[in-house]
Amino acid sequence: MPSMSERHIISILVENEAGALSRIAGLFSARAYNIESLTVAPTEDPSMSRMTIVTSGSEDVIEQITKQLNKLVEIVKVVDLSESEHIERELMLIKVRAGLKEREDMKRMADIFRGRVIDVSDNTYTIELTGDGAKLDAFIQALDQGSIVETVRSGASGIGRGNRVLRV
Amino acid sequence: MEVTGAEILMRCLHEEGVEYVFGYPGGAVLIIYDALFKQDKVKHVLVRHEQGAAHAADAYSRASNKIGVCLVTSGPGVTNAVTGIATAYMDSIPMVVITGQVPTHAIGLDAFQEVDTVGITRPCVKHNFLVKDVRDLATTMKKAFYLAKTGRPGPVLVDIPKDVTGATCEFHYPDTVQMRSYNPVIKGHAGQIKRAAQLLLEAKRPMVYSGGGVILSDAAPQLNEFVRSMGFPCTSTLMGLGGYPGTDPLFLGMLGMHGTYEANMAMQHCDVLIAVGARFDDRVIGNPAHFAQNPRKIIHVDIDPSSISKRVRVDVPIVGHVPDVLEELTKLMRQSGSRPESAALKDWWSQIDLWRGKDCLRYDRASKIIKPQFVVEKLYEVTGGEAIVTSDVGQHQMWAAQFYKFDKPRRWINSGGLGTMGFGLPAAMGALLANPGATVACVTGESSIQMCLQELSTCKQYRLPIKIVSLNNRYLGMVRQWQEFFHGNRYSQSYMDSLPDFVKLAEGYGHVGMRIENPGDVEPALREAFARKDDLVFLDFITDQTENVYPMVPGGKGISEMILAEDL
Repeated sequence: MPSMSERHIISILVENEAGALSRIAGLFSARAYNIESLTVAPTEDPSMSRMTIVTSGSEDVIEQITKQLNKLVEIVKVVDLSESEHIERELMLIKVRAGLKEREDMKRMADIFRGRVIDVSDNTYTIELTGDGAKLDAFIQALDQGSIVETVRSGASGIGRGNRVLRV
Repeated sequence: MEVTGAEILMRCLHEEGVEYVFGYPGGAVLIIYDALFKQDKVKHVLVRHEQGAAHAADAYSRASNKIGVCLVTSGPGVTNAVTGIATAYMDSIPMVVITGQVPTHAIGLDAFQEVDTVGITRPCVKHNFLVKDVRDLATTMKKAFYLAKTGRPGPVLVDIPKDVTGATCEFHYPDTVQMRSYNPVIKGHAGQIKRAAQLLLEAKRPMVYSGGGVILSDAAPQLNEFVRSMGFPCTSTLMGLGGYPGTDPLFLGMLGMHGTYEANMAMQHCDVLIAVGARFDDRVIGNPAHFAQNPRKIIHVDIDPSSISKRVRVDVPIVGHVPDVLEELTKLMRQSGSRPESAALKDWWSQIDLWRGKDCLRYDRASKIIKPQFVVEKLYEVTGGEAIVTSDVGQHQMWAAQFYKFDKPRRWINSGGLGTMGFGLPAAMGALLANPGATVACVTGESSIQMCLQELSTCKQYRLPIKIVSLNNRYLGMVRQWQEFFHGNRYSQSYMDSLPDFVKLAEGYGHVGMRIENPGDVEPALREAFARKDDLVFLDFITDQTENVYPMVPGGKGISEMILAEDL
């Protein structure tokens, strides 16, 4: 069954119980599935968490991933967002060198990417940037690599477009 | 009235109708054992090693459709039981495992006999729980039993810290349990069943491939009805033996790595295949790419969606409870008014009979040395095919599967998925306790039996008159066979020197031991052993050291690429 490995973004509703995260992470490592990123936080209903996993694999592998996830007792719902229109966003906080010489340029660059400077010191800026993964990558590429002091990215969160909802 | 967690646990077991608990006490479960002492509904079987407790509880489930329960202490109690839990998990056996844990205030502080039980067992249970509050205990136990037996069954573990067993609250056992995250699909999709019926009616070379799911869901009557009413050939996996009668002419024998020539050839050459409670695993269909070379339509009935299209793409997936789906399917096919084309079916059977003519399980019956196959054949005759047969893992397991014809479900008890040596003896204990008065034989080898040998002592204590049929070839037989075929006869560490005198060993445990060295003595010895209704008899058959299991599909090869005895 040869088919191309493609990036998928999977959304999960899971009981907010101790150990649920390790069951899911354990499933991925035990069955040798990829995890590019994983985000999780409680929903408006505190008894449930919403998780977004970015993974990659052939169609068959992705089918198995969703089936195996569904089999975990604490998982309430699983949906492969990539199957239809969806939006994904990732948050990046990036600390860059911003001494007197670089300040103007750096601020302009952040503006171009619709980033916000959220912390300032004598020689650094910390910029907050949201977007899909490609946009965050593009921002990093656009900077002089020597000017990056530290980056932290949240991993993607995803949601279906329009009337497509994931809830109990 | 408030009662302790330990007492709540006992009452939960009473509510679930649990008759036996297989276990071993220790520090973290002392309060539970105290509560056990003060009641008389649940009987406790004191094993000699926690692995034995898990295997016995597992086999108790396999042989009866009741739920086996196992109780062990924290730390090493748990780690010893893990092999048994994983064994049950791989074969989807319902079981409830109760484990003691260090007190909640000590968790995570590297306390004496502490392990992360929930973490260690997570990959080999259907689900597990850590109960941190005594008020959650009864509901958790209810969930454990419910999860173990519903959907695709499996072991469920409940880890209980010592302070929770001592804490008190009111006891209330819920009648039902609702979990929004757990709703296994039971009813097969009507449209898909219709498509399956259509495909089967149009088949020219149909084939039925049944697996352990038929046994687990008690679908043998429905499978029989389906196969017989259509006159289709039927094969079974190692785990499914007994789901369809082994003596029936429509049965082609077991398929797979050591399956019969006719079953494997029919699998490869059929045009419509219906898989029922089976999962196309590597030991069954061999190389999936080779299997896919022959075009055929595949219908797959299983309770677990993740079993479908895992290794082999199927055309008609039907997720549902196997007996209900089979019943519906048979009904539809009967009502359709049409029948499978009889001339085509006749041709197909002629082809199968040609394959059968190979007589692939032939062995040297005139041998002066005891042939292991001969022992199993005689075991079948002497027990009239009515025994519950447990086995360990290796050549003897395959010969038992090939030569003992199982006509009824839940009579063949073995570790198929995990392949756990040491399973056979404790499994025989569980099977016998689940079926008091039944004839139970444990077919084993001199290597496997030594892996849980200590349970001979348990058998004495509880007067379990198991017949141990040991096929002693002084080798790790299956390892030796692979070394002969694939590693240039280099028998690396597969010969076992300094074996014990098994007769004296059996006697040392207070049992009867017999050594049999001549083919002519095989049947009389078996008859004598089975006539001893109250004794455990250890039969040490000294068998041919170089005998191999045939047919054999080498690893990575296609199912029809078998090595036969006649090829060598």
